[in-house]
Amino acid sequence: MPAVISVPAIANEAELRVFVSALSGVDQVGVESRVAKLGTRSLKTSTKRRAIDLAISMVDLTTLEGADTPGRVTSLCTKARRPDPGDPQVPAVAAVCVYPDLVAHARRVLEGSDVAVGAVANAIPSGRASLNVKLLDVADAVAAGAHEIDMVIDRGAYLSGRWGQVFDEIVAVRAACGEAHLKVILETGELVTYDNVKRASWIAMLAGADFIKTSTGKVGVNATLPVALVMLEAARDFAEQTGRLVGVKVAGGIRTTKDALKYLVVVNETAGSAWLSPEYFRFGASSLLNDLLMQRLKQRTGAYVRPDEFSGD
Amino acid sequence: MTDDALTSDLGALAYDPAPESSSIARLRESYGLFIDGDFSAPESHEQFATLNPATEEVLATVAQAGARDVDRAVASARRAYDRTWSKTSGAERAKYLFRIARLIQERSRELAVVETLDNGKPIRESRDVDVPLAAAYFFYYAGWADKLDYAGFGANPAPVGVAGQIIPWNFPLLMAAWKLAPALAAGNTCVLKPAETTPLTALVLAEILQQAGLPEGVVNIVTGDGATGEALVAHEGVDKIAFTGSTEVGRLIQERLAATPTRLTLELGGKGANIVFEDAPIDEVIEGIIDGIFFNQGHVCCAGSRLLVQESVADEVLRRLLRRVDQLRVGDPLDKNTDVGAINSAAQLARITELADAGEREGAVRYTGACALPDRGYWFAPTVFADVAQSHRIAREEIFGPVLSVLTFRTPEEAVAKANNSNYGLACGVWSEKGSRTLWVAQRLRAGVIWANTYNKFDPTSPFGGVRESGFGREGGRHGLEAYLNV
Amino acid sequence: MSERLDVKKTYKLVVNGAFARSESGRSYEVTTSTGAFVANVAQASRKDLRDAVVAARAGQAKWWASTAYNRGQVLYRWAEMAEARAAELVEHLQLAEGLKKREAQASVSRAIDRIVWYAGWTDKVTQVLGGANPVAGPFFNFSLPVPSGVVGVVAPQESSLEGFVEVVAAPLCVGNAVVALASERRPTPAVVLAEMTATADFPGGVLNVLTGLTAELAPHLASHEDVDGLDLSGCADRGDELARLAAASIKRVYRERDKGAENPLRRLRTFVETSTVWHTIGQ
Repeated sequence: MPAVISVPAIANEAELRVFVSALSGVDQVGVESRVAKLGTRSLKTSTKRRAIDLAISMVDLTTLEGADTPGRVTSLCTKARRPDPGDPQVPAVAAVCVYPDLVAHARRVLEGSDVAVGAVANAIPSGRASLNVKLLDVADAVAAGAHEIDMVIDRGAYLSGRWGQVFDEIVAVRAACGEAHLKVILETGELVTYDNVKRASWIAMLAGADFIKTSTGKVGVNATLPVALVMLEAARDFAEQTGRLVGVKVAGGIRTTKDALKYLVVVNETAGSAWLSPEYFRFGASSLLNDLLMQRLKQRTGAYVRPDEFSGD
Repeated sequence: MTDDALTSDLGALAYDPAPESSSIARLRESYGLFIDGDFSAPESHEQFATLNPATEEVLATVAQAGARDVDRAVASARRAYDRTWSKTSGAERAKYLFRIARLIQERSRELAVVETLDNGKPIRESRDVDVPLAAAYFFYYAGWADKLDYAGFGANPAPVGVAGQIIPWNFPLLMAAWKLAPALAAGNTCVLKPAETTPLTALVLAEILQQAGLPEGVVNIVTGDGATGEALVAHEGVDKIAFTGSTEVGRLIQERLAATPTRLTLELGGKGANIVFEDAPIDEVIEGIIDGIFFNQGHVCCAGSRLLVQESVADEVLRRLLRRVDQLRVGDPLDKNTDVGAINSAAQLARITELADAGEREGAVRYTGACALPDRGYWFAPTVFADVAQSHRIAREEIFGPVLSVLTFRTPEEAVAKANNSNYGLACGVWSEKGSRTLWVAQRLRAGVIWANTYNKFDPTSPFGGVRESGFGREGGRHGLEAYLNV
Repeated sequence: MSERLDVKKTYKLVVNGAFARSESGRSYEVTTSTGAFVANVAQASRKDLRDAVVAARAGQAKWWASTAYNRGQVLYRWAEMAEARAAELVEHLQLAEGLKKREAQASVSRAIDRIVWYAGWTDKVTQVLGGANPVAGPFFNFSLPVPSGVVGVVAPQESSLEGFVEVVAAPLCVGNAVVALASERRPTPAVVLAEMTATADFPGGVLNVLTGLTAELAPHLASHEDVDGLDLSGCADRGDELARLAAASIKRVYRERDKGAENPLRRLRTFVETSTVWHTIGQ
């Protein structure tokens, strides 16, 4: 493990390689047992209520289907602004996340709200297109008014050791984003090892990512708690060395309140309370929101809630 | 950015209390001695109180067994050995042990709560470590009972006879399982003496033995203080003594038995070195150091109480370690979110305090965790000493509390030399991503157990025990049978 | 008031943790030793066998990925289930083997105890069959027993329960998955016992039991290339021929020797491979 290394400005691939290679390894057994232990934390009463509201405010309500239509996006945006029409205390979600061609529509529907519009660009989910095409995709989404851009790294380049290419591409997309926030998806299910997750997290942060994100939601393995732990540790260490806080987004497969609270515990006890806000931690999910609403209502009434209590959007 | 933003103050998520209910314990007001399959009063009718160390409240009173009671227990064990247990086939013994394992699993929540109340350890540990492992040891040794021919000690290995077993207060139920399971599997009968401050789970275990239908007298449990243990050790009807506890007492027992045919195994103290090389996985190292010294409040004979860090990363490790120590949640052991519970007794607290003060006096740099401690009960905040020298008392004596001494080294040879510079030799940790070096170091460490990139791991299949003044004999695995076989 | 009419049970194949009729739709009649009707039992086809091997391959990965402790608990749970349903096993054993009730009870007890015996082996074989090897050099060298993989079993024709337990529990306890052909004329005790795996936390596909005609199925089992081991206890009469078929894919083959000379661990050892690891030692 390196002693405290101040983060260099990365001038070329060789420097990047030296820096990233010097990061200490990650022991799989240790990471997984740490997460298992954190998973036994018990959130009760007011903590649980606060945590549920916090989780709701961290949701990026997402629809990424070939069959998406303006109508579908409208109902999603309506839900995003007022997740529970029966209770104005319920916070709005952080953002809606759509394909670039639906960004303009989402912006119109969300006019006047604080809900951000995110777009997945960069030839998501495969990321297999030329850089020019990817940059056009990003520019398109930004021009349409996206506040946040999700890109996915080139896993082929990463896995074959072309880290400089991964880095350069993120730098280029970052530039194309302009004012928009950039979330860099590592697609950790395809990176497989925690060592890779850690290195890719650092490459993305060094290249200017505002957020590092686990998954597109389109491959077999999506967000997992140990992966989130490794990414949060990387974000914590990066902030410590640079003063810049990079957010972490977990996406795919998080469906229950119980799962979401486990992530919040990991955030709390790894990166710390600075990350416990929608500014620095997000859940990319769709069905999670309704479960959070159901558990929220249950906390208030004491009775278990039927799923149809909330809209299916 | 300020340090504040990076320390987890649990701000937005300060956890509300999440206490396990103490009523699950179903404690009785008083307990007798478990002899010949039933509870009975000691001849003296003397009872003593066992306290909840987290509140100093009395949990129950238990019987003080005198020499005559011990005699009764040994006689019961002898009778059971002669009449029943030695005539019970291995396959039948196995089925009793499987039953006991299942009953422990069934009553796991109750056992966990009782253990936490009596010992002061966090419910998370009693629930996730002590109780499941206790069941696992019975389950594992159950399988050996009818397979002793395959254990590598020759055909038809015979049991020893009556085993006297004296266990400590740090893992009361688990140590009872470590002792009873192999002894019964090998065909012995037992007289178990729980620690004075933590007798309750052994007494619940006695109820479990009744539920399992274990023949009367096969296991007898005599509660009491050191005098009870002495009487057991001195008893001529005992064929074997197994003792887990301090090196000081172990020495006395060995001397007492030196000129007798009584067989002996000792599992004694330790001053475990946790060795961290510069290439180790740092975040997991920090967790491993924490687990090594703060697990069970450091009341662990194999605790990693000496941290040996390679100088090139010492500052970085210490910085991260202290940040992590501040996150430890110390307090109500029944709270599911508690990481570090109560010190088991006033006497132990006094010893820890005395040694920690000595550390300060001798010039080590003391760092104490930021947690608030409860007003009542016995508490000691997690403490780390930096700049510790080999000659300091806190680097040599077993503290048996949540106190870590940090030393540094430069080369693998120096690490080994420092780790071995101790009269103890129970356990060590080695942290490195380089396998060949880990094995090189492991081969040279004088310790019974070496953990690599982990710490404080226990499993019924794995032999545990020390070298030098940490004792002799092994518990766990095939090796653990030897202590209870006449081979 | 008339006597209540029994609800009769259909005996199916146990494949991949589910109960299925043969894909062929065939069944055959099973009778008692005196010729009375017992049941129409599924008559498995070559394709059922093929499906069972696929299930076993997937099941074996899960079975071996679980801890030895866990496998021991699962096998012990199987014994618990068998004990709880012992009366049913006794009844089937009486029908199948023509035993008196007391004899059948004793046989069922022995079968259950045998499962318990094997349950205890799961976490002990490594220490008994494996170990560290003191090679002359700076290496840490150790050998571990690992399962062969998928074991095909032709269960004994006569001993329909005890014999069945022996041939399936031995390979299971060391981490293999099993495809067993039950006794052709006495299949129901094996089927009933195999049904209990569904309530004993067995991963699907770990134990698959086919009923049918041994002569029809055994050659396909012996020649199937994705079967790693073969126990020919139930077809000694065609043993040589089947062993030759097994040779094509270098299977580990178990054939019964003289009863008296039998080592109780030979079957278990037959379906275990030794995996040796060398690791350097140095600063």
